[in-house]
Formats: sequence, C-alpha cells, structure tokens
Amino acid sequence: MDHLPQLVSEARQAIQAAETIPALEELRVRYLGKKGEITAQLKGLGKLPAAERPAAGERINQAKQALSEELEGRKATLEKAALEARLAAERIDVTLPGRGQPSGGLHPVTRTLERIEGLFTRIGYDVAVGPEIEDDYHNFEALNIPAHHPARGMADTFYFDATRLLRTHTSPVQVRTMKEAEPPIRIVCPGRVYRSDSDLTHTPMFHQVEGLLVDEDVSFADLKGTIEDFLHAFFERDDLSVRFRPSYFPFTEPSAEVDIQCVMCSGDGCRVCGHSGWLEVMGCGMVHPEVFRHSGIDAERYTGFAFGMGAERLAMLRYGVNDLRLFFDNDLRFLRQFA
Amino acid sequence: MKFSEQWLREWVSPQLGTQALADQITMAGLEVDAVAPVAATFAGVVVAEVLERTPHPDADKLSLCRVDDGSGEPVQVVCGAPNVAAGQRVPFARVGAVLPGDFKIKKAKLRGQESRGMICSASELGLEEETSPGILELPGSAPVGEDFRAWLGLDDHTIEVDLTPNRGDCLSLKGLAREVGVLNRLPVTGPEVVAVPATHDETFPVRVEDGERCPRYLGRLIKGVDVAAETPLWMVERLRRGGVRSIDPVVDVTNYVMLELGQPLHAFDRANLHGAVIVRLAREGERLVLLDGQEVSLDASTLVIADERGPLAIAGVMGGEHSGVSAETRDIFLESAFFTPLAVAGQARTYGLHTDASHRFERGVDPLLAREAAERATALLLEIVGGEAGPLVEVAHAEHLPAARRVTLRAARLEQALGKALPAAEVGEILERLGLVVEAGESGWEAAVPSWRFDLAIEEDLIEEVARIHGYNRLPVRRPQARLGLRPDHEARTPLGRLRRQMVARGYQEAVTYSFVAPELQKALLPEAVSPVLANPISSDLSVMRASLFPGLVRALQHNLNRQQSRVRLFETGLVFRGELDDLAQVPMLGALACGARDPEGWAAGRERVDFFDLKGDLESLLTMGGEADAWRFEPAQHPALHPGQSARLLHRGEEAGWIGTLHPAVRAELGLKVDAVLFEVRLDALTQGRVPAFTPLSRYPEVRRDLAFLVDEDLPVQALLDTLRGQAGEWLGECRLFDVYQGKGVPEGRKSVALGLTWQHPSRTLNDEEINELVDAIVNESRQHLGAELRG
Repeated sequence: MDHLPQLVSEARQAIQAAETIPALEELRVRYLGKKGEITAQLKGLGKLPAAERPAAGERINQAKQALSEELEGRKATLEKAALEARLAAERIDVTLPGRGQPSGGLHPVTRTLERIEGLFTRIGYDVAVGPEIEDDYHNFEALNIPAHHPARGMADTFYFDATRLLRTHTSPVQVRTMKEAEPPIRIVCPGRVYRSDSDLTHTPMFHQVEGLLVDEDVSFADLKGTIEDFLHAFFERDDLSVRFRPSYFPFTEPSAEVDIQCVMCSGDGCRVCGHSGWLEVMGCGMVHPEVFRHSGIDAERYTGFAFGMGAERLAMLRYGVNDLRLFFDNDLRFLRQFA
Repeated sequence: MKFSEQWLREWVSPQLGTQALADQITMAGLEVDAVAPVAATFAGVVVAEVLERTPHPDADKLSLCRVDDGSGEPVQVVCGAPNVAAGQRVPFARVGAVLPGDFKIKKAKLRGQESRGMICSASELGLEEETSPGILELPGSAPVGEDFRAWLGLDDHTIEVDLTPNRGDCLSLKGLAREVGVLNRLPVTGPEVVAVPATHDETFPVRVEDGERCPRYLGRLIKGVDVAAETPLWMVERLRRGGVRSIDPVVDVTNYVMLELGQPLHAFDRANLHGAVIVRLAREGERLVLLDGQEVSLDASTLVIADERGPLAIAGVMGGEHSGVSAETRDIFLESAFFTPLAVAGQARTYGLHTDASHRFERGVDPLLAREAAERATALLLEIVGGEAGPLVEVAHAEHLPAARRVTLRAARLEQALGKALPAAEVGEILERLGLVVEAGESGWEAAVPSWRFDLAIEEDLIEEVARIHGYNRLPVRRPQARLGLRPDHEARTPLGRLRRQMVARGYQEAVTYSFVAPELQKALLPEAVSPVLANPISSDLSVMRASLFPGLVRALQHNLNRQQSRVRLFETGLVFRGELDDLAQVPMLGALACGARDPEGWAAGRERVDFFDLKGDLESLLTMGGEADAWRFEPAQHPALHPGQSARLLHRGEEAGWIGTLHPAVRAELGLKVDAVLFEVRLDALTQGRVPAFTPLSRYPEVRRDLAFLVDEDLPVQALLDTLRGQAGEWLGECRLFDVYQGKGVPEGRKSVALGLTWQHPSRTLNDEEINELVDAIVNESRQHLGAELRG
C-alpha cells in the first residue's frame, strides 16, 4: 500500500520545479485540494483496519504538513524573485536633472542693497524712500547747497527745467523724513540716483544707500563706530582697517571720506586701489545745523550723523566685478552669477 | 591744484619724504590725486655753451658744433637741430649720459664726423610731451658745466591736490604752505613783498559803480614794457609744474602770482583803454569778444570791467581779446581786485567757461591780498619786461568787504560733538596755528577768523577744524545708544522683497535698466505716453524718462537675444514717470518679460514656447500673495504695445493697475525682434496691498460637487460666465474650478464648451439635493438669458 513516500517525493520535486505562482497553486490543488492526492489518501483511511488507522493518519497528516510548508516556501521564493525583477525593471537614472523651472536670481545691486538695509534695520533703522524726480529745494537748497554754490559742480546734475531735476543723491529723502518725523530718527535711504557722467567708472544712473541718525547727544564717535561696524559686517572681516579722512560735503560738518584697506590686495597695493592700499568707499559726517534748520529740527538739542555709499561700488568690491557697466547691461550670463 | 614740491618747500619744508608729505596733506582733507616726477629719469646732462657751429661737410641737415661742457677741452658734436647757434647755452648729454628710455650716449661717427655727446631738446629730456623741433635754448646766465638736473631743479615732483570747494584758501602755494605749516608746527616763509616805488605819477581813472560786487579794486600803469622779453626759465618751469602753459611774459607773471599767492590778476593794454576803467554790471545784450576768441552776449547779472566804450572783460572770469596784452603793447594797466564770491558764482558757467580766476573767486579770494599781489606782480614785471611803475590806485568800498568774523566755540559743545574732551591748550593752539586770533574764556573760545578762510563762520566749522588737525583717526569710536522701541508692522502689506523672491522662484532674473530711455523706443511701445524729457541728457538714447517698464525690459531682451540667449525671463521693479512735470506721477511698478522656450532645454522638457498663460500664471502667483485674489480682475483691452487679441488690462479693486499681453507683432517687427515675447507690468502699491488672514471655521458637513458644461459663443470671456455663476450660486459656493475649455468635434462652429466643477458646503448642516438643484437651475437660466449659454447634455 505504501506509496505515500513516493507521492511526497514526487510532489516535492514538482513544487521545486514550479516557476510561477499559478503553477504552485495548481500543485496545491493537485496534492492538497479537496480532490487532491494526499486528501484522497486520508479519505482511504476508512478502508484500513481500525488499529492501523491512527498511525496511518498520523503519517498522512505529516506528509500533508510537509508539502504545505514546501509550497509556502517555494511561494515566498518566487514572490521575492518577482519583486526583485520588478525593482530591477523600474530602475531610473537618478543623475538625470530634475524637471521644471529653475530659480532665477536677484540683481547684484538688489542683493547688496538688501544686505545693507538688513544690517541697519536689524539694529533699529527704518527704510525710507522718495521720489527720483526732485526739486532744487530738496536736492540742493535744503542740504545747504544754495544756487551757484561751487559744490553744485561736485555732481553733474540732470535737469528737466530750471528747478526740477533727477536727484543726485538720496539725501532729499533725509530732508523729507526730518520734516515729517520727530527725533529720534534712524533711517536708511536706498535708491537710484543720477549724475550726468558716463565713462569707464561712471554710469549716468547708480544706486546709493544713505543713512541718518538724529538723537540727543550723537557724536562723531558714534558715527565712527557705526561706520566701522558696518564695514566689518559688510565685508565679513573684523580686522579690516578703516580710516576717516577729512572732506567736505555742504550738508555735514565735520565731514569725512571713509577708506578701507584694499580688499583685493589686503593693503599691499594693486591696480584696484591705485597702489595706495586704500579704497574710498563712502562719505559721512555730522548733520550740518543748516540742514536741521531747513528741516525744522532744533540743532541745539539734537545732533546727528549721515553717511552715504554707492551700492555698485560695494558690490564690485564684494563680488570682484571689474566693470561697472555690466550692472546695467542685464546680460543673463552676468545676472545668473548672483543667483 | 597742481604744484611743484620744491616750490612748496621754499615756503615750508617738513622733514618728510615726498610720499609722506602727500599722505599728510591727504589726511588733512586736501586729497592728493597724483604725485609725479617733473622730468623723466636721465643723468650725465650738463649746461654747455655752443662755441662754434659749422656745416657738416657731408650732410645738409647736420651741423658740427664745438661745445664747451665745462670739462676743459671743447668737444665736437654733430647736431641735427635747425636752431642750434654759436653762443647758445644748451643742455648737453656727455658721453656716458643716460637719457630717458635708458638711451645711452656713446662716442659715435655721423657721416664720417666724430660726435662726442648730444645737444638735447626739451622732449628728449622728458620735459615736454610733444616732440620739440629744436634744442632747448637756456638763458645766458646758465652756468656752463653745471649738472642740468640740479640747475633746473628737476629732482622735483608735481603734487596734484583735489581740493574741496570750501578750501579756496589752498588754491595757491601760499595757502598750501600755510596748511603744511599748521600740520607740522613749522613757520612759513614766502618771498618778501615790498611796495614798488612809483617812478612816474600817471594813473588811469578807475570807477567802481558796483561796490557790493567789487569792494576793492587796485590798478596801476606800468609804462614802457618790453613784451618781447623772455619769461625766465625758472618761472616757465614753475608754471609748467603747476599745469600752466607759458604764453608771454606779462601773462606768465600774472599767472605766476596767482599760483604763488592765490590772487587772480589781469593786465590790460593801456592803448586800448578809453576814458576810465569802470566796474559795473553789463547791460543786457552787450557783446564782448573774449580772450579765447568766442563772442558772448552779456546778461545784466554779469559784472564786467568796462571802459567808456564798452565791456573789456568779465570780472573775475576772463579778459577780452581786444584789450589784452599783445606784441605791440607798450604800457599796461595791471588789475588786482577783490570780487565777491556771489558776484562771480555761476557767471563762468553761464558762458560755458571755467577759468583759474573764476575757480578762485567763486570759492573766495582773500580780500586783503590784492595789494600784496599787485606789488609782487609789479616787481616781477619790472624785473622781466622792464618799464616804469606808476602809483597803485585803490578804490575800496569798505562797507562791502566781508565783515570780520568772530566765532564762539563752546568747550561743552566740542566735547559733545567729538565724544571726547580735548585739552583746552591743544584746542586753543590748533586754532591759533590756523591763523585764528583766539581768546580763551571760562567755557570755551572766542576766535577771530582770518580773512582767507571763507569757510569758517559757525561753531561747527571750528569743531571740524579742531577735529581735522587733531586727527579724525585719533578721535574715539563708540556705538550709538538707542531706546528699543518697536515700530508698527503692517501685516496686510506684502513686502517688495517677497514679490521679488516670488519672481525669482518662478525662474526670472532681476534686471536693472536705466530710468531714461530712447524716445524712439518709448514711442514704438507707447506712442501716447507723456513723460518728462531731460534738458541735458547724456545722449539722445537716454533722454526721456520711462513711462513704463516695457522699454527697458524689451531693450534688455534685445541685448540678450543678440548674445545667443534665446530663453529670457526678466523682471524689474522701479519708478515709471507719467505726465508733464507739473502733473507728474512717479509710480513704483513691477514688470516682467518672458521669451523663448517655456522650460529650459532638457531631456524631460517640452518644446513649447512660453505664452500668455505662462506669464499670466506667474503674475497670478503674485496677485494671490496678499490673500486677496478676488480684488483682481483681467479684462480684454487694447494696449499699443500688445497684441490686440492677447492683451488684458489688470484691475485692482476696479481700478487700472497694470497690463499683460503678448508683444504686438507690428511693434516687434519695428524693433527688429524675431521672436514672440510676453510681458506685464503692475503697480506696486496695488500688488503690496493685501489683508490680514481671517479664519473661517472648518465645516464638518459633506461637500456637494456638480460639474456643469456650457456651450457659449467662442468670444464670450469666461470671466462673464464665472461672474454670472457666482451671482446665482448662493453663499455656500466654495470652489469653482474651470476644468475644461473645448472646441471641435461635437461643439457647433462658433461656440466653445466650458466645463466647471462647483463645490458647495454649508458650515452647520448637510446641503440637500433640492437646494443644490435650485441653485444649478438658477445658474443655468441666468447664463442662458444673459450669455446665451446652453447646458451641454
């Protein structure tokens, strides 16, 4: 009677030979299904003498159990292989570039202006802006530059008519602010300014940031501290040498030009600094009492300082740009370098 | 102001090298622009005398010269200069000399004749820029055998200072020396000036009719001058080193004294003066031919020197051609005057002039200087051109001379301003060194300002002087103290920085274009635009203020297309200028332009070109930033720069706020652009307005969605359908999605199908089908009645 071992052995071989899940399922039905061959053996137990039945049943159940495990094992193997095949088929080249719109970028002047504004607004300055077509009063007269003053020759002015012009600096914004506000005043005024000058180192339009602080007991020492801090922060160099050189602006007194140690050659002398080791970067001074008078501020009670700088000049030094005119060509190959 | 270092050192000579001296001057506020040697490097050149000149036997253009170079034996030299002659003193390069450019002088044979050395021209010695045709002839007094460099003082530098307009007092050797003396605590000594005794008593009448503008006028007749005399070489050299060309001895002397003392002078030819010298305002339209040959029509605000026949010179600016010194001049009338800064200010510029004299008078010439300068010039003239000096006539209007100024400097104010108390003795000493007459008091100083310092009038002026001489860099450094007060923050406003970054995130590069544009470009884009026009543009293509950001963006597009950049996405923010000057709006705008492929070229990218809706999407991304998308509307409208079928006016709360569209093909063609571009601009004030978010509770009840497809006329703007629908859909309508627009098979000719997904939700209950059906019916009816829309089956 006993061909059970042979049956199990055949079944094992068939299971191991099966290559697909449906083929396995067929084998399960063939051996373990309701009409399966192992199931048929169980059904045949009744024909055995009662004494043999328990032992025979035990053997058949063991065979059934073994085949069932064999099936599960094979199934797991096949599933794993299928998953691996699928994963292999779904492989992509992850080094291909991503899809969609790449970012653009801010203009280097904006980048510079925002940085300067940020440094000052973080310590309590406000940003103030004003018109670019100005009148003679706000651009000159209120800044202590009366008609025919030789200082008018310091900046070549674009005029529309006898009294209206393109502002030559953002100082008119300071005048407008002082007329409106009560001290303490702390503002920075960024914006476009215009001078009728065009050559290698001048463009007829450029950007300035001017700052103004008016309060009680503001001194030249405060101005020096502010400028030094600013230049150290802007160039991220705490050891940058800064010097103050007496100069003249009609709207400040005392007035100074500010030089920094050349950032290109570290002060050794190069073409950029004209071999002097110093770069002129900004002008500054204590607000002239005449300017306070025009703005309705009590010059006995309040004092203040003002400073101004060219954004393009600072951007050139910071980023190593060697040609001013590039800022206004809007060549994408230039602009993309500041993204 | 340019000057010879040696000349300065005759006045005051600190123990400093040239560069250290220049640095010191710079750090005192007189910025040195340039320091340059006055002559090129050369050595071995001496003063020599030409003893004999004979023609070269074998060359027409050469001559043989026997030259005494002081070494004993005369030497033979072959010379090619046409002007060489026996008896001349000349600069002579001996054998072994090295001339500029490392040119070594060796024994040579020229056309068979021995030549031992070279007679030099000015240019060969680097004394002149242009090539001089002949040798440099030296005065008879030049000592034979002496080293030429040493004799002419050529181991010297010119120092050029860029003086600020307040320091007119330093526009002379005297003024600069005074400043250097102050800085180095050294005495300053100039040439001794004594009154020249008159040797005849003839005077010429002077009538000053405008004493306010000319408070002091001195004049003197010098008779019998020899204008043919030569200006001495030392003077020519000092003038040259001061940047002044030698003209004739009389003019040279006036220029020399101006450089030396700072007083502009003028010499008239006595023969061309009639009646009297009159200082008066010009009469409108009077004509005058100036020294430079240009004829000007004078205006009534110009002070002139005239005689009884008419104007002779613009006072303090420039003399007239007719009355100037010429080769025929025998007698001269020397003028030394004080014109007030206000009398001269602006005058030169009115006539397109800028002269050394006007430069000085505008800034202020020492009103006490005129006599000293006249005497100095007279003495020099007599020395050089001879002649007889008459009495010096002075007409003064003392009441109009600048008043003596006294300024108070409070010690407390000085300390406050500088953040440091300086020792009282130092402050007083600095002021005194500067020439102020100081009285120290309990709480400060009273100081009388010297006549040459026009810039010292108020306390701050003295504070600056003390700080300057003490040294800015020795003053303390501190940080300002401030109260930490918070300022208001307007949350509803979208900061400009966020808008910019949104454009950047959308792939745009920020551009900065000039605010003035070419009128033709602006006219091509905006033929109707009115904007201010510059009176003095730098060039005609930068002459009109932009009325829109479009011209600049289009110009930038052209620039990039011309440089093989085919995909251009740019934005800009800034003011545009609209209207006439008297009715001007300076409007901050944000504009953008896109051109080329929608996506950058790539393995996964489509090939489509960017179109209206790409740009509109980018614009909408800005419009939604303030949280008020419904404040904005687009309406089809015509703009001259834009394609009539692809342009929209942008409305913000019902007001025009901008434009968007495709560049008009005709405009494009006119501008020579070969590709399409889309562009927009929006007013920034509208763009930055928004609202503070206001929370609406989330409904716990289900949404109901209905999809409706309408057939409408193809040229019906979808906006009209959306508006109608919103009007009928009730208050619980949430989303309304336009998910399809279709024309083609199944849609009648001239119609389009617009499919919308509408979603309703009630905050506190479930909506039932009946209510929704009613709303849908209302929408359908209204759309049919007003828009001729049919619901698709």
